[in-house]
Amino acid sequence: MNEINQMERDPLYVVSPSYISPKTKRFGKVLVWSAFFLMATIGIIQILYNLEKISFGFKNWRPLLYSYILWAIAIGYSRVLIYGEKGKRNLFIFPAVMFIISIVIFPMLFGLYISFTDWNLSSLDGRKFNGLDNFYQMVSDPYYWNSLKNMVYYILAVLVEFAIAFLLALLLNSQIKGRKFFRVVFLIPLMLSPVAVSWMVGKSMLEQRFGPVANFARWLGWETPTFFSSPEIARLTMMCMDAWTFIPLMIIMLLAGLQALPKEVLEAAKVDGANKWTMFKNIIFPIMLPVSLTTLVIRIIFKLKLADIIIIVTAGGPGGATDSVTSFIVREYRDRSNVGYGTLLSFVYLILIIIFMTVLIRFVNRWLQRAA
Amino acid sequence: MQNNLTEKIFIYSVLLIWTFICLFPIYWTATTSFKTAASVTQGLLIPWLDFEPAWKGWKNLGLSPDTIFTESNPREEFLARFFNTALISSCASGLAVIMGSFAAYGLSRFNYKFGFMRNPDISFFFLSQLILPPVVLALPVLVLYRELDLLDTHIGMILIYTLTVLPIVIWIMRDQFNAVPIELEEAALVDGATVWGSFFKIVLPIVLPGIASAFILCLILCWNEYFLAALITSTDAKTMPVMVASQISSQSIKWWNMAAISLALCFPLIVAAIFLERYIVKGMAAGAIKG
Repeated sequence: MNEINQMERDPLYVVSPSYISPKTKRFGKVLVWSAFFLMATIGIIQILYNLEKISFGFKNWRPLLYSYILWAIAIGYSRVLIYGEKGKRNLFIFPAVMFIISIVIFPMLFGLYISFTDWNLSSLDGRKFNGLDNFYQMVSDPYYWNSLKNMVYYILAVLVEFAIAFLLALLLNSQIKGRKFFRVVFLIPLMLSPVAVSWMVGKSMLEQRFGPVANFARWLGWETPTFFSSPEIARLTMMCMDAWTFIPLMIIMLLAGLQALPKEVLEAAKVDGANKWTMFKNIIFPIMLPVSLTTLVIRIIFKLKLADIIIIVTAGGPGGATDSVTSFIVREYRDRSNVGYGTLLSFVYLILIIIFMTVLIRFVNRWLQRAA
Repeated sequence: MQNNLTEKIFIYSVLLIWTFICLFPIYWTATTSFKTAASVTQGLLIPWLDFEPAWKGWKNLGLSPDTIFTESNPREEFLARFFNTALISSCASGLAVIMGSFAAYGLSRFNYKFGFMRNPDISFFFLSQLILPPVVLALPVLVLYRELDLLDTHIGMILIYTLTVLPIVIWIMRDQFNAVPIELEEAALVDGATVWGSFFKIVLPIVLPGIASAFILCLILCWNEYFLAALITSTDAKTMPVMVASQISSQSIKWWNMAAISLALCFPLIVAAIFLERYIVKGMAAGAIKG
């Protein structure tokens, strides 16, 4: 064990004084265990109190949280006491790891349990374990599959956004005056809160009687411009609104890639007499491939979380045509208080995302290796 | 030469059209906040020319010139929400930047081993949190918070927001630390500094711009976050997006009111975009180049 550790040296190698007295080590261990027992005692008291076995206890679980934090600090401190310099190095990642474990892993485990229960907040029964019933309900729930189908459309729209963003990034990278101005302006939509965008664009500009976009559409010859009544147009409208906010992100990432292009190659191609299109097709696009794919992956990650504007503008309507998975699950929580079922749906969604992202990233990596 | 000119015209017209698309919604909202009911329903566009601007929306918010010094309940409410949002997002971003920088530094400088997990696995563990959709966490956290009495508190909001932005900080800062030459710290260590000492005295000043851009990016994301805030907060810790959203869904929408309030929600960030563009872009571009 020791040999392995010495073989893979840290990039930043520290020669540390290795002797730590056994007394200090023992103190470190005692510290952790006593903090742990404090936490366990508080936990047991609280469980017994909630089961009404004993008459004293706390109003809520907060004390357990405090003792948990104390325990975490004790672990961190004891690392230093027991392992010395090496323990201090562990302290760099320790807080972040502990934080994520406490806020993600614990609730997720609890959520996994909820997802196999029948738990409706509006009924008085409380939660009941019901095995795979939720799962069968999901399989026969047309609205859930519909929302998954919508997500496929939403994700495909990313390709169009990418094309627009690439064009704008290329133009921004060319010899133009006032680049600073354009860059700031193009950034602005990304800064706006989706909630504000929902009202500014979704509710007011697309208002069918006197919104400016509706007026413009009428002027173009569309007699009755309605943006949210037919399923296809409603979905398209949501895509456009989401694209409007997120194209800036793609522009910025692609522009960063374009600015890092090797100048000599471009110059050499120009000297050889390549025209713009061949230069783009044979030089710029292949070199930009890694950046492009990263941009696409990041954009898809954001797209998978799409919800705010849908919840506020259409609430999934008409007939679920604009529903994203998230907005559908939220309605399951809020309108039907169907907690157990909603949680199962979200976990199935998470599993689908993990599979999809794994395949996507593997595919991207393979493509990059072949291109290189 | 002819060719060059058409190209120039093409470039500038596309750029200007996109500029128009970016700015028109903001222009429309800004002018709407000064409209009266009649000018709203006619869809008038240009102030003074088409319609006479009035302080309609801002008066209701208590921020117009004649109401600014008088008592106003909407303004109290608005300022309370504004303060909540500012407090929560800055604390969460601060916390995320501190923890994230430590973690990123550790990952770029030392080899760790936790059971089967080594550095690449730990990095992946952090970054995979980015993929996690908020809806998966929302309900379990909601129940957990109710048990811990953290619902509708600032602390609860700060913790969950820290979680959502932490992976982004780690992602940005890892590149920043990798770009700092290790020799600098080695020299400091030879001179007798401790690991943490060399981190604070030598590395931190170098990556400060990177930290600033990570912080600003987190601030923006937290400021705009709606989904989790809508679930967790109700009165005390309610943030601005939640307030605006609840006004949108209430039946009697007063256009000038909504316009004023939406604009107020966006205004700080528009200002940030104008003055801090360099940092924001740097933060977002950090991941792209590495590829």
